[in-house]
Order: sequence, then C-alpha cells, then structure tokens
Amino acid sequence: MKFGVVVFPGSNCDDDAYYAIGSVLRQPVEFLWHRTETLAGCDAIVLPGGFAYGDYLRTGAIARFSPVMKSVEKFARAGGLVLGVCNGFQILCEAGLLPGALLRNSGLRFLCRQVHVRVESTDTPFTCAAERGQILKMPIAHMGGSYFCDEKTLAELERHDQIIFRYTTPDGRNDAAGNPNGSLANISGICSRERNVLGLMPHPERAVEAPLGSADGLVIFRSMVESLVQRIAVPA
Amino acid sequence: MIATEPKVTPALAAEHGLSAEEYSRILKILGREPSITELGIFSVMWSEHCSYKSSKVHLKRLPTRGAQVLQGPGENAGVVDIGDGLCAVFKIESHNHPSFVEAFQGAATGVGGILRDIFTMGARPIAVLDSLRFGPIVRGKDAGNATPEEIARNRRLVDGVVRGIGFYGNCFGVPTVGGEVVFEPCYSNNPLVNALALGIAKRDELFFARARGAGNPVIYAGAKTGRDGIHGASLLASAEFSEESQQKRPNVQVGDPFMEKLLLEACLEAMRTGAVVAIQDMGAAGLTSSSSEMASRGGMGIEIELARVPQRETGMTPYEMMLSESQERMLLVAERGREAEVFRVFAKWGLDAVEIGRVTDDGKLRVLHHGKITAEIPAHAIAEEGPVYQRPLAPPVQPDGNARFVEFAASGADLTANFKKLLASPTIASKQWIIGQYDFQVRTNTRVIPGAGDAAVLRLKESARGLALSTDGNGRWCWLNPRLGAMHAVAEAARNVACSGARPVAATNCLNFGNPEKPEVMWQFSEAIDGIAEACKVLGVPITGGNVSFYNETLGKPIYPTPVLGVLGILDDARNALGLAFRNKGDAIVLLDGADDAASARSLDTLRREFSSSEYAKTIHGITAGTPPDIDLTAEKRLQECLVALAGDGAVESAHDLSDGGLAVAIAESAFGSEDFTARISFDSFAPPEYALFGESGARAIVTAKPASLARVMELAAKYKVGARRIGEVARGDLRIELNGVVCASAAVSALRDIWAGALERALQSDH
Repeated sequence: MKFGVVVFPGSNCDDDAYYAIGSVLRQPVEFLWHRTETLAGCDAIVLPGGFAYGDYLRTGAIARFSPVMKSVEKFARAGGLVLGVCNGFQILCEAGLLPGALLRNSGLRFLCRQVHVRVESTDTPFTCAAERGQILKMPIAHMGGSYFCDEKTLAELERHDQIIFRYTTPDGRNDAAGNPNGSLANISGICSRERNVLGLMPHPERAVEAPLGSADGLVIFRSMVESLVQRIAVPA
Repeated sequence: MIATEPKVTPALAAEHGLSAEEYSRILKILGREPSITELGIFSVMWSEHCSYKSSKVHLKRLPTRGAQVLQGPGENAGVVDIGDGLCAVFKIESHNHPSFVEAFQGAATGVGGILRDIFTMGARPIAVLDSLRFGPIVRGKDAGNATPEEIARNRRLVDGVVRGIGFYGNCFGVPTVGGEVVFEPCYSNNPLVNALALGIAKRDELFFARARGAGNPVIYAGAKTGRDGIHGASLLASAEFSEESQQKRPNVQVGDPFMEKLLLEACLEAMRTGAVVAIQDMGAAGLTSSSSEMASRGGMGIEIELARVPQRETGMTPYEMMLSESQERMLLVAERGREAEVFRVFAKWGLDAVEIGRVTDDGKLRVLHHGKITAEIPAHAIAEEGPVYQRPLAPPVQPDGNARFVEFAASGADLTANFKKLLASPTIASKQWIIGQYDFQVRTNTRVIPGAGDAAVLRLKESARGLALSTDGNGRWCWLNPRLGAMHAVAEAARNVACSGARPVAATNCLNFGNPEKPEVMWQFSEAIDGIAEACKVLGVPITGGNVSFYNETLGKPIYPTPVLGVLGILDDARNALGLAFRNKGDAIVLLDGADDAASARSLDTLRREFSSSEYAKTIHGITAGTPPDIDLTAEKRLQECLVALAGDGAVESAHDLSDGGLAVAIAESAFGSEDFTARISFDSFAPPEYALFGESGARAIVTAKPASLARVMELAAKYKVGARRIGEVARGDLRIELNGVVCASAAVSALRDIWAGALERALQSDH
C-alpha cells in the first residue's frame, strides 16, 4: 500500500501531508511531481493544499490541466482513492471529479482557525473508521472555501449521501453558527457519486498530533488505510 | 536603446541624493567622472538604507558574539547553533516607507524580502512575525489630534498591510506566528512594518554570499527584471516624506509570492547539487548590491553582461537594470563546469536561470551592455567604502517638560470601568481579527499559536527541541527615555521567550527612527543603541543582525524612536512549551517578581512619574509623560532563568509576563485564553490601586501551578532569588481583583472577553 502526494508548483501543504502519512501514520508515501504522467503504483492520491500555479486566475483552474491530473482523473474513474484538501478540493471541482465550486469566503478575507465539522456519512473509504455524527476539530486556512452548487446538484448530493462533512459548532448543535465562510448548506466536504473521491476544506493533515491543537484528522487517514487494506486483501 | 547618456554633473549627483563631499569621494575612487550608470550604482549603495552611513559608528557598540552565534551581522541573516547539527537563521527588517505609499504591496514585499534573506543562506523559512505600528484608528483621549480623515486612512493602512502580509506569507507557505500591533498618534503618517523571518538549516549546509573562484559563472535566476522599484527601498527609505510622497507609488515593488515559492524550492534544490559556490538575493539596489557585495565579501571581482539579463520590458538602460528592485530574483555563483546542474533545477521549477557573467580576480564590478563597458568600479569601494558619518548628537528638550502627571484615584475607587476601557483600546485588545487572516499553521510546527502564549513556539521535526520567538518594542517609552525604553524592549522580548519556557539565546533588531541629520534624532539613536547593548549583554542575547530605518518622518515630524527587538529562544524539549491560558480550576496564581517588589521602596511621586508613561495613563487620562519604569537587568535575568527552570521542571501550568496594562490585563488575558476560567485575585500593596493593577514595571510574570506543585514553584523561585507571592486562584464566574481587602475591579469574564475580543474589528469597521 502506498500513498502519493501530488506536488504542483505552489503546493505548500505537500510536506505536511507527506509528514502526516509517513511519519505519524507510518505508511509508505511518495511525492508525485505535477509533470509526471504515471502514479508510480500509488494506491491513494492526495492533492494537497496551497496555491497551485499561484492561483492568480481562479483556484485550481490551471492545475486541472497539468499532466499529472490526467492520470489522477483516470485513476479516480477506475475507482482509486483520491483525497483533495483545501486547494486540492478546489482542483477536484475544477477538474469535474467533484460537483460544484468553491467561491471566495463570504467575508472576502483569508481565514485561518480551528473549525468543527460533523461526519455526515461513514459510508466512504475516508470516513469508515469514524462514527456517524462524530465532531472533528480541524483547522481551515483559505481565501476561497465557500462551497457552492446549483439546487439540482445539491439535491443530488443529498439524495446520494455525498455530503460527508458539515461545519458545525463544537457541540454539533448549530451548523450555521459554525460555518466560517458562507458555504452552501454548511458543506465542508463532499465525495463523488462512486464515493472514492473526497474533497474537503479543513486540513486533516494539520490535525494529526494533539500538542498542535487536534488529532481529529487522523481518522480520515486511518479510514483510508483500513479501506485500502480491505481492498488489497480481497482480490477484485 | 538610448542614443546619448546624460552627462553626469555635481547637480545630477545631488539629485541622486549624493552630497558634494560624497561626489568628490566618487571622483577620487574612480579618478574620473562617473558614467550615469556608475552614478546610479553609487547613489543606491551609498544611500542611508544600504550603507548605514549614519548608524555604522553606533552599531559597533552592540554585542554580536556568543557561544552559539555562528554568524553575526554582515551576512544576509544571523545564524545561531541550536544543537543536533541544526541552526536557526533569522533576521528582522523594515518596510516602512513602501508600506505607507502602497500598504498592500509594501507589506507584501517586506515579507518577501526577509524570506529571501533567509533562504539565500540555505535555510528553509519556518516562521514569520510582524511588528506593526499605526496611527490611531478610533477617536479618544489617546488619539492625539488625529482628524477623522487621518483615522480613516489609518484604518485603510491596517487593512492593506494585513492583507499584504497574509497574501505573501499564506501563498508562499510560511506560517505567520506572531508579532505585535501598536497604535500611537506619531505613526499616523508613518506606519512601521517590520517583518522577522526564521529558517532552519543543517549546520554544514549553510550558504554565504561570498564570490569565489575566478572564472566561475555568475548566474541570474528567478523573476525577470522590470522598471519597477527603481530607487524603491534604497531611496524611498532614505528621505523624509512630504505631501508628494504618494506620487512615489511607482517606486514601490510588486510582489509575487508564487514566484518566490518556486524560487525557494529551486534555490534549496540547486544548493543540494553542490554546484553552488555563493548566492545572494537581489533586494534593495537589486543587481547592484548583490553583485558588488558578493564580490566584495569574497575579495573578488564580478563582470556581468546586462544584455543577458532576463527582462520584462524592452529598451531598458543599464542604469535601470542595475537599479531595478524587481522582486523574487537571485544571483548565484556556480562552480565552472557544473552550471548545467544548476540550470536543470531552475528549469524544473519553470524559472529563468541565465549565466550573465563571471567571477574575476581584479576586484572590480564591471558592467557591460552589449559588450560596451557602462560601469567599472572597485567592488569593495561600493560595498564597504561608503561614507561613514559621526553625526552630531543633542538631547532634545525633555519631552515631558510641561506635561501633567497622573493623579491617582483614591484608594477604594472602583476601577472596573477603566479596566474595560483599557481592554477595548486597540493596542491591548485581541488581535484575533488580524491573526486569523494569516496562515499560522502551515508546515505543522506551530506549537504555541499566536495569542496563545507570550512567544510563538515552533517544534522542530528534526529534533526534540523547540524554538521560541517574540518581537517587542515600546516607542512611547523610548521617546520618554530612549536608553531605558530600549532596554525594556530587549527585556520584554526575552521575558516573553522565557515565559514560553525557552532560554533566550540571540536577538535581531529593527531600529526605526526619524531623520538622522537632526541631532535630537541621532541622540535618540545613540542612546537606544547603548540601552540595547547593555540589556543584550546582561540578558545574554547577542545581536545577530537586523536593519536600521531612518527618515521615518512626514512633514518634519519624526515618529517615536522605535527599536524593535526580536529574541530567539531554545526549548530543550518542545513538549514543555508554556501558553498563557489558565488551565485548571483551583490552580494557584503566583506573581513572580525578579526585583521582589522594589516598587515599595519608591516614593509616591516616583510612582506617578512612572505610571504617567503607561498604557493606562495614555488610554484613560490622555497622558504620556514621566519616565518608563526603572529597570533592573539582573532582576530580569533572574526572573527569566527562573521561568525557564519552572517550565523545564513541569512545575507550572501557564506563564504570562506583565507588560502593557500591568497585572490586571495579564490576568484577564490568561482568563480569555482559557475555555471559561477566570481568576480571583487578592493581594496587599502599599501602592495606589491604579498602580497596583495597571502599573507596568518589568521583571514580573504570573504563573499558575496545581496546588500540589505550589511548594515546588516557591522552592525554585527562592533558588533563583525571585520574589513569589500567591495572589489568587483560577476559578469560574466573575473576574475579581481585591486589593488590601477591597474589591477594585470585578466583572463577568464573558463581558470582559466580549469587549476585548471584538474591539479591534469594531474599531476598523466603524464609520466614525
């Protein structure tokens, strides 16, 4: 089992994701340069946070055309696990691997702080080790994290149980009050219809060690490891 | 191409800011009249900003050596040995003038510039702190005569500077982990933007800006050269502001943090090839300073062909190219024969890297344009033989000559209302609105986040150790007494670091002053240097670098003399880092006093004088007078050693130093930082209640300890000869302070927190 962390020019959470997977989870991990067209046999791909290609145009708009994304798309369509964090989520939306878009925060300012999100579904390879309704504390750090999609898409997301995380208050009682950026329906993370692609704005890789504020993000990586172990154990 | 170059005359030299004396010195060095390009080169390199001509004689008095200092002032940044084969590379620098002219880009490129200074040395930046000063953003007693327009402009400056810092640091991927923000009327037309960056490198992988090996290729890498920023940092920062200063906007550079991120990765990767001999960033005075300084430091010469410089615009003259301050550029010297390895790395990152010249052994900076020599000057003369001035000094008329002093309220007075006002003052109020616009966690090392402790603490992934950093400076105190105020700046920065549990080991300084041609300003500078020198010696924090920013005045009015100190500390075990927040109900609150309540020996008159310089006097009474509190540096040293021992011992739960707003504000901040704890304080003092609650004398901190650890705290305090008094306990409910058995401030902690937490945002978004 091996994780691949994609490095776009301007990615700046690539080292953090690598460290979380390699040093904290102690799983095999390697970097995948944006120009590469092969995924080096990786079983799960992480698109990390940052400002790919500077994001001066529109977040993720250029990154989606990079050579590595062709392979990531193919990998995802074949059922491979793809996790997009922050800028990675923005890129997945631009690439059409996830529906909707991420707009500028409602306050039009960059926001860095701890947020709380509720696990809305455990029926994904990214949340299978979590409890439904579990509240996770993770940091956000973004300028454009306000999730948006049209009504029809939202209805479909809900119908197919694709809304995986919603912002909420620490006690899980008031989602709107916990929504930092104006995201539609307090959405902080969604998965693809096939459930193998997940995008979220909070940074699980920054929440893997309690002394740094929270270890709640570990459950996402642990879920991925568990599902990969099962996948590998049960031959297709 | 220009057909004819303008003829250089003494008048043109004067227009370039060169005095008649300086111009004749140039004639002597060259033995002929300079070309226009040469004149430009001399003018930027001999500007105040680049040459330190007014400050050099004084800076020599600063202590710069220490057991752990690997590199003191004179390189791109200071270097400190932090053990385990690692070193910390850090420096603070100002970007005041550009930030006033264009707040967003000025602040952004200030961050960009200091980051390059760090990675130029082979270190990966891991943290940035910003020390900011603005004019008033709310009306009030402490706003001086600020007009509504001025207040509105100050708010825009705050917004622009904060956005600029965030824009650059967030995209580059370095956490902004601390700093300070202070508001005073004197900064209304001259805000201060000082940025400190810290990087980590392996001790044996440091790089220096010393050209070596005649024949080695000189390589230009990074962004293309444009006409932006010509005379930017160098000349903008070397003259006062007038009403026309806003017209200097084209002189401000434009930052591209994405380009800088690529440059960082490419430079570090190129360095790993082993083919890089020397490297320096193109900061102020761009190509001119990087080439001449590298040559001079290495005792070599450098010859460059400008036609090979990657250019953003057509028709640029040699003068423009040599003086451009376009951002995100580097100059490297590579080993001849291995340049391809360097080019390969830059190509991988999509960056220009071009051989534009070579190292020579004639000691000259020779600049060619299409094969024609446009400048030829001994490199050492440009970089090191600039003018040095022993400018006249004269103490100013005592600033508090006719000022009123604070009349203390009668004992028994309820100070709650004033306490609330103080918590709402922008300097004391929560800075969360600012902090939250910076990514303070990227790189996942931030162990103590901004606002959670007296210093920012970073754990190191390569070692068990941690690094703590704090910046401090009190301009008001330095105005009242520059020597004493400067000592306090060092003491407070070091105390903050010690409160986090780290041993202070080294310092960097950013010296923000007015026009050095005024004897009063130069006197302030000289006094401040002596104060810094003395405090650094006693507290064991040698100065490893920094910068001087003169000419911080607009329309002839100087700012308060504002030395800002950045102190670096080491924690042997990052897990022992302390925050300021109360942690458990029932913990004892202990006041540590290195001077063991020396105030009791002072007369009421002395206390009035001292208290008149406090944040409270300014905010509540509109009084800024008297003198800063006395300082006992050995008491500071004892307190700091005691704090480090307490943290290492695990005896305390939190620590917070007493500074702006004194004991009451420190207690409140420790309560606000916690989930919902508060404090019940009760102590006796001979001093008037206002002094006892809000006095700002130094060498003090509050720590909290579990009841079972209290004896250990007292024991360690006694060992370090630090006064320790249990003055209360962590509780729930109202925050209450009782003095001599009488309650003098009491309120629901939630009410106080709301005032403190929202004050800054309310002030910035107010229409009045």
